[in-house]
Amino acid sequence: MKLHGRWLRHPLITLVLAGFWLLLMNEITLGGVLMGLFLGVVIPLYTSRFWPEAPAIRHLPRVVEYTLIVLWDIVVANVQVAWWILFWKVERLRPSFMTVPLDIYSPEAITMLAGTITMTPGTVSCDLSADGRALLVHGLHAPDVEETVAGIKDRYERRLREIFG
Amino acid sequence: MLTLIAEILVALLIVIGSTFALIGSFGLIKLPDLATRLHGPTKATTLGVGAVLIASMIYFTVLEGDFSFHELVITLFLFLTAPLTANFIAKAYLHRHIRHDDLPSTNREEGWATYDPPGEEGPLAPTQNPVTEPPARTPAGGA
Repeated sequence: MKLHGRWLRHPLITLVLAGFWLLLMNEITLGGVLMGLFLGVVIPLYTSRFWPEAPAIRHLPRVVEYTLIVLWDIVVANVQVAWWILFWKVERLRPSFMTVPLDIYSPEAITMLAGTITMTPGTVSCDLSADGRALLVHGLHAPDVEETVAGIKDRYERRLREIFG
Repeated sequence: MLTLIAEILVALLIVIGSTFALIGSFGLIKLPDLATRLHGPTKATTLGVGAVLIASMIYFTVLEGDFSFHELVITLFLFLTAPLTANFIAKAYLHRHIRHDDLPSTNREEGWATYDPPGEEGPLAPTQNPVTEPPARTPAGGA
């Protein structure tokens, strides 16, 4: 029986779902593990149309590095935005829309990038171009659009490209 | 001793967290339009809730001796949902207040997906105004 091909198309999702179930249960029991694994196998099967191909994570240590960088940036973003809100006159802010051309292709990577942009310094991702090759980003204070875009590409997109290939 | 340190840490984190949550809400009042207001709740509030959750973890682990994973799950859900909510609000804002011509170009043949749904033939006509209804409620929007 070709177990891997048919029933476990997405071993990573299975593991994540099982782990998530244990977190929700808040304790590790045999029943919990079995139930988690059951859900981990059944849910990807049931939603298989969402996952036409397995998301390829090429470089697991990079995922850890990326997570830490983003967490740090979230803290910095919070302090910075709080500072602007409290101490700057509204007129001093230079909000603007900008276009971030994409060099990554997998939907998972683009979703991660859009989410990261929203959570980090003064930027919110608003829209995707119809062909999926550019992101529309709104900056709360972006006097130099090119610099902000270059920062996003270098800090996040480059790393996501290494993770997702 | 350990209890005292933990209590001080928990108190500090709660104060920090609520301060950031307050600043985030203040941003909603202070900032001029929806696009800039979006920045308040997506960021300042994340750290606010985050700090309170860390405080909760420390409290239950050290003072009650009962480690709980639920805070991690809450954090994860928050990180999954905050960008999505922001994205949907931004899209609604674009529809109501911004014309496609006002946005920077995609530098591609096709326009932004909100105005130019994928799968339809051909690029967006340059003068097309996506706001067809409801009839102009606010004059040309806030931007």
